[in-house]
Amino acid sequence: MFSILNTRIGLFLAVRQIKRSSIWTTSLIIFVMILTFLNLVVVSGILVGLIQGAVDSIREHYTSDIIISTLNNKTYIENSPNVLNILKSLPQVENVSSRYLKGGTIEANYKTRTNTNDKPNIAATNIVGIDPIAEDKITGLSKFMIEGSYLEPGDYDKILLGAYLNKKYLPIDNPGFTALNDVGPGTKVRLNINGIQREVTIKGIIKAKVDEVSMRAFMVDSQFRSLIGRNDYNVSEIVAQLKPGSDPNLVRDTLIQSGVGHFAKVQTFADAEPKFIKDMIDTFALLGNLLSSIGLVVASITIFIVIFINAITRRKFIGILKGIGISGEAIEMSYIFQSIFYAITGSVVGVALVYLVLEPLIRAYPIDFPFSDGILVAPLTGTLLRMALLIVATIVAGYIPARMIVRKNTLDSILGRK
Amino acid sequence: MIETRNLKKSFQNGTSVTEVLKGIDLKVKEGEFIAIMGRSGAGKSTLLYQMSLLDEPTSGEIVIDGHIAHNMSNDEKTLFRLSELGYVFQDYALIPELNALENVALPLLMKGLPKAKAYKQAADALDRVKMSPHLEQLPSQLSGGEQQRVSISRSIAHNPKILFADEPTANLDNESSRIIMDIFLKLHKEGQTIIMVTHEEEYGRNAEKVVKIDDGKIISITAHK
Repeated sequence: MFSILNTRIGLFLAVRQIKRSSIWTTSLIIFVMILTFLNLVVVSGILVGLIQGAVDSIREHYTSDIIISTLNNKTYIENSPNVLNILKSLPQVENVSSRYLKGGTIEANYKTRTNTNDKPNIAATNIVGIDPIAEDKITGLSKFMIEGSYLEPGDYDKILLGAYLNKKYLPIDNPGFTALNDVGPGTKVRLNINGIQREVTIKGIIKAKVDEVSMRAFMVDSQFRSLIGRNDYNVSEIVAQLKPGSDPNLVRDTLIQSGVGHFAKVQTFADAEPKFIKDMIDTFALLGNLLSSIGLVVASITIFIVIFINAITRRKFIGILKGIGISGEAIEMSYIFQSIFYAITGSVVGVALVYLVLEPLIRAYPIDFPFSDGILVAPLTGTLLRMALLIVATIVAGYIPARMIVRKNTLDSILGRK
Repeated sequence: MIETRNLKKSFQNGTSVTEVLKGIDLKVKEGEFIAIMGRSGAGKSTLLYQMSLLDEPTSGEIVIDGHIAHNMSNDEKTLFRLSELGYVFQDYALIPELNALENVALPLLMKGLPKAKAYKQAADALDRVKMSPHLEQLPSQLSGGEQQRVSISRSIAHNPKILFADEPTANLDNESSRIIMDIFLKLHKEGQTIIMVTHEEEYGRNAEKVVKIDDGKIISITAHK
């Protein structure tokens, strides 16, 4: 049916019809194809990016590339100094930070509360002891300061308060959720950890789109160690940032084989990702594909209409072509080639827009969603698959109307008879 | 070369049937130049469409050079038209986005000729009608007479057995019409079989034979020269 000869003649006719048709009409059709392609890629890309942005934030500002945490039945990592030495000895490791973690409460206005029956101004949270410099190198914690200033190694009895522990930044009135009223930099608050109380001053308020930052309080590790009585230097979490190009899985496996796995849980950032996050990414991807499918149907209908109108207004010439001996298949091929041209041109421009403009732009200036910095996720294989889908849909949408018109009676077409 | 036997053609219009051709018996020999004439609605063009295999007769036979047309499938008719027949339409019927050379070369390419050979043959055909200076021009850039010359070129480029022309001078001025008729006469002298429909007596007289049709029947066949 579609022989080499018919293909040759179809291409011959298509090239000339495209070259000599109105530039505005051609541009408009290609523009529709570009928008359809962008719809196919960007809609699902942004939906997935919404979650992926949150995942990337957790990696950048909490877990880093490798996170070593306590075993299930432990509150600290045994032999932490040894673990740290092994970690730092690995050539792939760039930076390391360790954290002490303890649950406790922070109470404000404890001096001014005169009636003991009044509800205390208290918040329950995890308090984290960090080396401010090491932590900032890996997670960039200092750039999330919204009030006050960041911790310094010599700070004494000072804390950074997560913004969501402050009702000013999270005005939720929920019996199960506690946050502090009327606190800010300079406010004295009382820490209570396992019955040990310490009065500290809020040095700053810190806010990021990662709960492990915004819902915790941070203190200098040397101070915190003395508060919780941890003189063995055993920590609760160790995070490691790897050099660019390093394989986190290899580093994890090396650490486990070195025996670190006996003392702690060693995970890459991917291992530490909760399953529900993966499920959400899959769900949003499916949702994005469903929405994009609507765009694909609309584009197919558009091409159908464009080709149909083109063919119906050229019915006489189609009749003449058949009259002088040009096969119907060759004429149909010419419309298929025109459809392919529109789809490929639109897709190529779309690909360029996605990878040269949109993706880098959104990565540099993420979309500011409340719970994540949304990025555009557009893996190349997925994009090429969508491009193929668009081309196939366009071919079918172009072929059907062409066949409808070409199959009409030759003489009726020449004479314009119905 | 071409013969019709009791050729009939009717058209269904709702419940009524209109008989346009009521039994045409006509023989055209190789190398003859025939003009089919008659008043409007006599069936001239309808007869031409049947003979040129553009339409399907209701009954009767058409035999072209030994080939029985009513035994052919649509695809076979298309191929037959491509290789053995040529057409000149009243309104030139050139493809607007192809230039003169491409319009003439297209059927040759469809026959499977390599591009260079098809273009050479097309250029030669255009030269025969003195259109060589206009090879690259689109139909919109040509006058009516020039477009008709390109159309004639296209119809003869593949050396057809029979050339059919449906009112070839209808949309042309006198000067252009005379040029077209001169081309037909020249082709006829070279041995081309031509069957032409015209309503103009002046141009009909250029043919060897004039077949007069009225009310779907041949009423006279007059030989000239």
